Amino acid sequence: MAFWIASSPHNHQQSETSALMRLVIYAAIPGIFAQWYFFGWGNLIHILLAVITAIVAEFTVLSLRNKKITTQLFDGSAILTAVLLGISLPALAPWWITIIGSFFAIVVVKQLYGGLGHNPFNPAMAAYVMLLISFPLQMTQWQPPLSLLAMDIQLTDTLAVIFTGYTPQGYSVEQIRTHIDGFTMATPLDTVKTNITLGLTVVESMQAPTIGKHFGVGWEWINAGFLLGGIFLLFKKAIQWTTPFSFLLSLFICSFIGFIISPDSSTSTMFHWFTGATMLGAFFILTDPVSGATSVKGRLIFGALAGLLVYLIRKFGGYPDAIAFAVLLCNMAAPLIDQYTRPRTYGHKLGVKK
Amino acid sequence: MESVIERIQRGNFWQFHGGIHPPEQKFLTCTKPIASAQIPEQLIIPIRQHIGQAGDLIVKVGDKVLKGQELSASDTPMSLPIHAPTSGTITAIKSMAIPHPSGLSETCVILTPDGEDTWKQRHICPDFQLLSKAKILEKIANAGISGMGGAGFPTQVKVSTLAKIDYLIINAAECEPYITADDLLIQEHSPTILDGIKIVDHLLNPKNILIGIEDNKTKAIDALKKATADIDHIQVCVIPTKYPSGGEKQLIQILTGQEVPSGVLPSSLGIVMQNVATCFAIADAVINDTPLIKRVVTVSGQALEKPQNVWALIGTPVGFLTSQCGYNNSKNRHLIMGGPMMGFSLPHDQIPVIKSTNCILAPSEIEIASPFSSTSSKEVECIRCGQCADVCPAQLLPQELQWSAKAKDQPQLSKLNLFDCIECGACAYVCPSQIPLVHYYRVAKAEIRQQKLLDIKAEKAKVRFEARKQRLEREKIARAEKHKKAAEARKARMNAGTTAAKSEKSAVADALARVKAKKAQASINANTTDSSTESTAENAMAKNTAENTAEAVTQVDQIDESKSQVANAIARAKAKKLAQKNQAQIDSLDTLQDNESTSSLTSSQAAPVVIDKKAKIAAAIAKAKAKKRQAEPVSNSANTQADHIQASVIEANNVEATTEILKPEVHAKETAIDEKAHQAKDITSSGKINNSAEASENKQQSKPQPASQNDTLNLDRKAKIAAAVAKAKAKKLAEKSQQGSDATSSTIESNQASELTSQANIAANTVANKKARVAAAIAKAKAKKLAASSDKSSTSE
Amino acid sequence: MSTLIAILVVGVIATLFGALLGFASVQFKVIGDPLAEQLDALLPQTQCGQCGYPGCKPYAEAVANGEAINKCAPGGEDTIKKIADLMGVEVQPLDGNHETDNSPKVAFIIEEDCIGCTKCIQACPVDAIIGTTKQMHTIIADECTGCDLCVAPCPVDCIEMIPVATTTQNWQWDLNSIPVTQID
Repeated sequence: MAFWIASSPHNHQQSETSALMRLVIYAAIPGIFAQWYFFGWGNLIHILLAVITAIVAEFTVLSLRNKKITTQLFDGSAILTAVLLGISLPALAPWWITIIGSFFAIVVVKQLYGGLGHNPFNPAMAAYVMLLISFPLQMTQWQPPLSLLAMDIQLTDTLAVIFTGYTPQGYSVEQIRTHIDGFTMATPLDTVKTNITLGLTVVESMQAPTIGKHFGVGWEWINAGFLLGGIFLLFKKAIQWTTPFSFLLSLFICSFIGFIISPDSSTSTMFHWFTGATMLGAFFILTDPVSGATSVKGRLIFGALAGLLVYLIRKFGGYPDAIAFAVLLCNMAAPLIDQYTRPRTYGHKLGVKK
Repeated sequence: MESVIERIQRGNFWQFHGGIHPPEQKFLTCTKPIASAQIPEQLIIPIRQHIGQAGDLIVKVGDKVLKGQELSASDTPMSLPIHAPTSGTITAIKSMAIPHPSGLSETCVILTPDGEDTWKQRHICPDFQLLSKAKILEKIANAGISGMGGAGFPTQVKVSTLAKIDYLIINAAECEPYITADDLLIQEHSPTILDGIKIVDHLLNPKNILIGIEDNKTKAIDALKKATADIDHIQVCVIPTKYPSGGEKQLIQILTGQEVPSGVLPSSLGIVMQNVATCFAIADAVINDTPLIKRVVTVSGQALEKPQNVWALIGTPVGFLTSQCGYNNSKNRHLIMGGPMMGFSLPHDQIPVIKSTNCILAPSEIEIASPFSSTSSKEVECIRCGQCADVCPAQLLPQELQWSAKAKDQPQLSKLNLFDCIECGACAYVCPSQIPLVHYYRVAKAEIRQQKLLDIKAEKAKVRFEARKQRLEREKIARAEKHKKAAEARKARMNAGTTAAKSEKSAVADALARVKAKKAQASINANTTDSSTESTAENAMAKNTAENTAEAVTQVDQIDESKSQVANAIARAKAKKLAQKNQAQIDSLDTLQDNESTSSLTSSQAAPVVIDKKAKIAAAIAKAKAKKRQAEPVSNSANTQADHIQASVIEANNVEATTEILKPEVHAKETAIDEKAHQAKDITSSGKINNSAEASENKQQSKPQPASQNDTLNLDRKAKIAAAVAKAKAKKLAEKSQQGSDATSSTIESNQASELTSQANIAANTVANKKARVAAAIAKAKAKKLAASSDKSSTSE
Repeated sequence: MSTLIAILVVGVIATLFGALLGFASVQFKVIGDPLAEQLDALLPQTQCGQCGYPGCKPYAEAVANGEAINKCAPGGEDTIKKIADLMGVEVQPLDGNHETDNSPKVAFIIEEDCIGCTKCIQACPVDAIIGTTKQMHTIIADECTGCDLCVAPCPVDCIEMIPVATTTQNWQWDLNSIPVTQID
């Protein structure tokens, strides 16, 4: 029998970092399901590959750093990073893209900066950007929705494409991506961007088969899935409402202004919201607390900045989607935002520095 | 804009930032009545139970005290007295563990109750309105009341504020989970609490009195509303339950919308806050003349069979209360004093209840996991989720504070207003990474406080060091100045041509002569190796003597005691050397003895000489002259061997003559040893004069000089005594030499020596003069040595 | 002619800027603490002399003139780090010749043994010992820097360095040091 000493407070809310991470992974399930439904097994395979790589990489680095492996390995942060990366990759990207990306995310972006809580950048997005810049060909080979494909792609076909580059029948990725009519299909954002450079109007672009009735076949549902997951997270108080809110609002306002100014060359606000990785970014990536701003005011600014950047890059930049770049740029700005959005301490007057 | 009161009446309050809703767990105790106080076997009463200084103890071990009797007295406003919670005996006053997070010990009074609970005489005062304000304040101070909500700030300081008070806020919020002590106190004693509020109202005369109470205490709210229904300026404010609304700053913000500026007391805003329990204690003290000796303590937690509120005497060990409530947790124990949010762990259950103890929590493993259990979660890295900042009632940035605290970045910590943290624990409560944030802040705060103290201390040390350096510099300059002046004065005297100047000059001359003599001696030593042993020995002895004396003279210049002692030591060493030579050359025994006697005389003279400067100088002159005389032939003889031998023979003759003169005297002494003893015993002036006369005679005989007379005359009492002792020794030496040459038995010799020693001792004792004693001791030592040496010589003979 | 004008123009401009710079250097002169002063402020002011200099100020001056920064034993690692920051040099471990135990101590004279020799008074760098010849000495604990310098000169070894006791006032929230009762 022994007495023991602890520092107050003695009771504690039963929440843990790992639980938080698990919750976020669960919340991604609707989006992943939509992705599977519309694009097949590709992303699931990538997610699996990324998770395995991430765990191996995390384990290696933690043992090299003499850290407690059991607690840190399963705190869920590495798995979450891997899941997010797997979701973002093109479904038919070769397997080594995932391995490199996942390894880079965990070892370089996360652990080399000091591990969980010390990384200035969102690991998944940093890895994505690295891959996009290093392997532009593989990273832009987006698979069109299954419904638009000329052939039927099964799990075995996807596996074969990812690991060998060809389906068992001998089709390459390029051939898979080709529409029945003989042209290569891209993502809706890509399509619009290409069409605008070709001198077509947005309305004309909207006729493209990948876009379908609304904002892109499958893409609207994937985004809806992530929105659902995000609302679930908000409901669970796992994430703060501030960043997604300000991000979506900012994107809405920017695209609205753009649309007002030149309706011909600008897509609608809802197109911006429901294509690409907008909802994933809003609820799963920008809300990453480690690389984001901390105060309420700071988060509002952070989200708004991200929205503005996404719009600017989508509209004027060289890349069709912009979430990853916008997130990295905002990550860089986060410490500065924090510095200037410190709340006024109780009993202190604003602006009076000691 | 509506007034604060209007808003309150509409039930519309302000909000403070953040806050949390931990499980309240008040149901465990809030429905049970307060159990009456029981007297434990022993009460441990710390003498300091509040913020401030301890009072002075006015009881001692073994005293019998009555209930309510003062155990310590306070003299300053920040010190409070303590009282005996029941009647009994003080069995010990010792250092015991006190209720403090550190578990450190402080002085406690141990009271063993007699079980009779006899009150001291009390003066009940039914109407406090009849008392003057000063009298009420005195009563509050004498009752030892300090804030009973947690911090323990002396109450009379709070209620004697001179500031104009707009709001008196009675804090009944009790926002911490588990604690229901105030709740129950209001339910059962609302009239007394109201009396207390009225007393404080009378003292402070505030415009409004607001009673802040959380809406989860329905019964207490009813009781308060009923009690205050007919008083206009008292508002019972039912505020929403949220931790930490009971914090002073938070409650002020909720009720008045004002923020207490950092580092300022609420009284500067015209707000004073009192806890309900304190109000109860005030009423008890002023009306019933009952000092603060008991309080309501919530003993709660699921490890207890009967969690309940109890009246506990101050000083009751926690273990007594938990066993009273059926504590049955046999495995890992965790006792918390205070609530689960801000309380602290106790190292054992013999910690006493003090004035600010409102709760003892004995949680089960399910409620609060121990660090040993598998269910407890460990600290992981901060993920910057920002939940801590969202709940912080002081609107701090806990995570940034945490990083700075870990990095020990003290400037950044103070920039982030660490000291505005009220340590409520809300941040650590919500942290998903289980970081003990508050602990980091406490450590950082303690470090900063310590660092500030160290800085102050370093600054003080620096100032003192600089001051000391300056002082030493000043002293050095002053000393140099003094020396310069002394040198100038000496120069002036030498130039004046007075006798003193002459003597000084002669001293210089003497020194020169001495150097010459030494040189000569060196050459002689080299030359005389092949000459006859006798003459060489004689010569060497003579020279030694000369040198010896010269040395002694040199020492005369020295002023302080220690130096004269050194001189004596040197002389003694010389004597030793001589004695050794004596042993080697028995044929020249006579001469040797004489030499020795001379040397001992000189050295023993050195001591008394010290005492009187004039005497010293005179003696120096005398001796210098003697030396000159000795040295001169020596230096002459350095030229030729023959001359030198001649001179030494002459000297030896001189010395022999002295010995011969001494001898008869010694004989006379021998015959009348008893007489001598008498003489020494009552060293009256007459005896001394005799002795000194003898000494001077001796000197005149051996070295006829006019100066030696001066010397003797100038000697004061002490010198005279010393001289006498020295003379006695000289005589003894003569005796010994005689006996040695006669080769009589050594037994007699030693007897005589011891007799002489005792004589010297007696002389020393009678005079009771330190310096004389020193001289005597030296003389004694010499006598012994000589006795030994002559003993040796005789044996070898 | 044009060359001359060019030279003149350039010369005039140079003169103007020179004057401007000169004015600025006088007008906006930054009077900073001399380096030795700043170093002195970092040192713990125990005046213990363990660094080999008679006090903290002389050591600060020596460091300013290139002496090793790792000789301050009472300051320990913290002080070395601060000095390294100020000097812009690498942090070094504490000089091996010095004892590493720099826990705060205060000197204490065992009064029964004191013979009143004043030797410790002469040794104390901050005059924190009171007493006079043949009178018992005592230490003003508040002023004592714990420098240890009085211990060696004492002929009867009656000075002890006792660690400063932890009280509730200076407790550093070290929960692990609390002795908990073990009941088996």
